[in-house]
Amino acid sequence: MRTTFIETLIDLAEKDERIFLLTPDMGYSVLEPFREKFPSRFLNTGIAEQNTIGVAAGLAKSGKIVYVYSIIPFVTMRCFEQVRLDLAYNNTQVRLVGIGAGMTYGPLGPTHHAYEDIAIMRAIPNMKIICPGDPIETKELVCQTYDMDGPLYIRLAKNGEPNIHKNSSDIKFGKAVELNNGNDLILVTTSNMLETGNIWVEEWKKEGVNVTLVSMHTIKPLDQKFIEKLISRKLPIITLEEHNVIGGLGSAVAEIIAESGCTIPFKRIGINDEFSHYVGNHTFQRKKFNLIKKPNLDTLFKKSIL
Amino acid sequence: MIYASQSSHIGAALSIVDILVVLYFHTMNIDSKNYSNILRDKFVLSKAHASSALYSTLAEKEIIPLEYLEKYYVDDGILPGHLDSTFIPGVEFSAGSLGHGLSAAVGMAIANLQLPHSGKIFTLVGDGECNEGSIWEGIMLASHLKLSNLTAIVDYNKIQSFGMTNDVINQEPIVDRWKSFGWDVFEVDGHDFLQLITAFNQPHSKPKVIIAHTVKGKGVSFMENKLEWHYKSPNQEQYDLAINEIDDQN
Repeated sequence: MRTTFIETLIDLAEKDERIFLLTPDMGYSVLEPFREKFPSRFLNTGIAEQNTIGVAAGLAKSGKIVYVYSIIPFVTMRCFEQVRLDLAYNNTQVRLVGIGAGMTYGPLGPTHHAYEDIAIMRAIPNMKIICPGDPIETKELVCQTYDMDGPLYIRLAKNGEPNIHKNSSDIKFGKAVELNNGNDLILVTTSNMLETGNIWVEEWKKEGVNVTLVSMHTIKPLDQKFIEKLISRKLPIITLEEHNVIGGLGSAVAEIIAESGCTIPFKRIGINDEFSHYVGNHTFQRKKFNLIKKPNLDTLFKKSIL
Repeated sequence: MIYASQSSHIGAALSIVDILVVLYFHTMNIDSKNYSNILRDKFVLSKAHASSALYSTLAEKEIIPLEYLEKYYVDDGILPGHLDSTFIPGVEFSAGSLGHGLSAAVGMAIANLQLPHSGKIFTLVGDGECNEGSIWEGIMLASHLKLSNLTAIVDYNKIQSFGMTNDVINQEPIVDRWKSFGWDVFEVDGHDFLQLITAFNQPHSKPKVIIAHTVKGKGVSFMENKLEWHYKSPNQEQYDLAINEIDDQN
C-alpha cells in the first residue's frame, strides 16, 4: 500500500504544484523517489511531530496541499492536539498518512501498533478518514481526495497487501463497496482486514453460507444510507477491523443500527480493548487476537443465526 | 471589551499592545485592502489568550469593524476569547492552546521562501509559552532552514499562569538560549517604540527573535506586574480608574 501511495502521490505532484510532502524523519526506502523528483516540495522536519503538524498547517494556510507521512501513532497520537487544532479547527488541506494499521509492525510492540487511531480521528470535527483495504482502493481514494477541502487521515497498512478488487470503478470516496452478495450474513470490513474478510467469505461459501462482503474504506463521512440499507435486509451483521472494538468501524456501524430502531444480530470483531504483550510478526499477533480463523457463527452470536 | 464582557487575560493583552502597534502601524505590510493578498506580511499570535489586543489592533486598522469589539466574549458574540480565523478577517491562524503558533509561522515562512516577492512572517509567543516543547521544535527547524523571513517576538513579561516565569521554569539566559539555537537575537524594552522599530528594521540572514521586556498589565498601575490580572476583570471603579490613568498618559 505504501508503494502504491507514493507512486500515486508522485503522479499527482507532477500535475499539481501545490502538493508538498513532510515527514518527521520516516519513510526510508519509500519516500526517496518523491524527494528526488520534487526536492523543493519535500521536507524532513526531524523527529518532532508536534512541530511537523504545525508546519504543515502553516504551509497549507499558504496554499499548499500537504501530506505528512509517518507511522500511525506518531502522526496521530503524539501530535493529537496539533491535529485537532492546527489541522481540523483551522480546516487546512493537510493529509495525514499513517503507516502500520493495527499490528502491522508486529514484533516492534504496542508503541508502534495502532488500535486507537480511527477512534480518535473520528471524534474530530472536519476530519475525513479513509482506510483503504488494498492497493487499488489506496490509489483510487488518494486520487479522489487529494484536493478536497479540510484535513484527511489516510490509514495504510504497509506493503505486500494483495489486490482484492478486480477493478477500481466501484470505489468512490464516502461510498461503501459490496464485493460479494450473499443472503445469510453481512460482513463489513475496513482497512487491512479486507483481505481476511474476503478469505472468510470464500471459506463460508464452501460451507454453504452466503455472505455479503462490504469494504468500508471511508470511515468518515460514513456511508450511512448504505448501512441503513444493510440493516433493512434483516440479516446478521459482523464488522471486522484490526482496531479496538471501541470507537472504530464496529462502533460507527453500531451507532447507526442503534438509531435505526431495528433489532438485528450484530457483532464487532476487532481487538478487545487490550495492548498486545505478545512478541511475534503481524500474522502471529493476529492469531493471538483471533483475527486469522473465521469465527464459529453460533459461538460468536451465542445462538444459531442461520 | 474586557470590562464589558467580564473576561480575563487583560494583563497578558496589555503587555503586547505596544508591540502590536509597532507591527501593524510601522513594520508590517498589512492594511484594510491587502489583508487577504497572498503577498501580505502575516502575523500569528501564538499566545492567543491576548486576543483582545489583536482584535483592537485589527479594528484600529479597519480590518475588522469597530463594532465587533462589542461582540467580544459575549453571548451571540463574534470574537471568541481565543482566536478563530474562520470568520474573522485578519486573524491568520486559529490558536489558543500554547505552543502552536510558532510552528504554523515556520510553515508559512517556508512557503513564502518559495514565493517571489512574498511577505514576511511574524509571530508573538509568551515567555511562559516557551515551556512548551513544540516551541523549541519550531525554533530548531527555523534556524536549520535559515528562515530569514521569520521574526518571533517573545513577550517577556515574566509572569505566567500560576507563578513568576523564572520561578516556574527559568528562561535565563534567554538571549543565549535563542542564540545557541541559531537565531539572530535582539533584546529591547517592549514598550519603547523606537527600540522596537530599530529591532524590527535590523536585517537578518537567519530567523530573528526580539526578546521584548514587557510589563504584564502595562499602563494601569494597579494591574502592572500582578499575576491576578491574568484572570480578573475590572469592576466599575477599577475600570474608571484604569481609563483615567490611560487618558492621563496620553
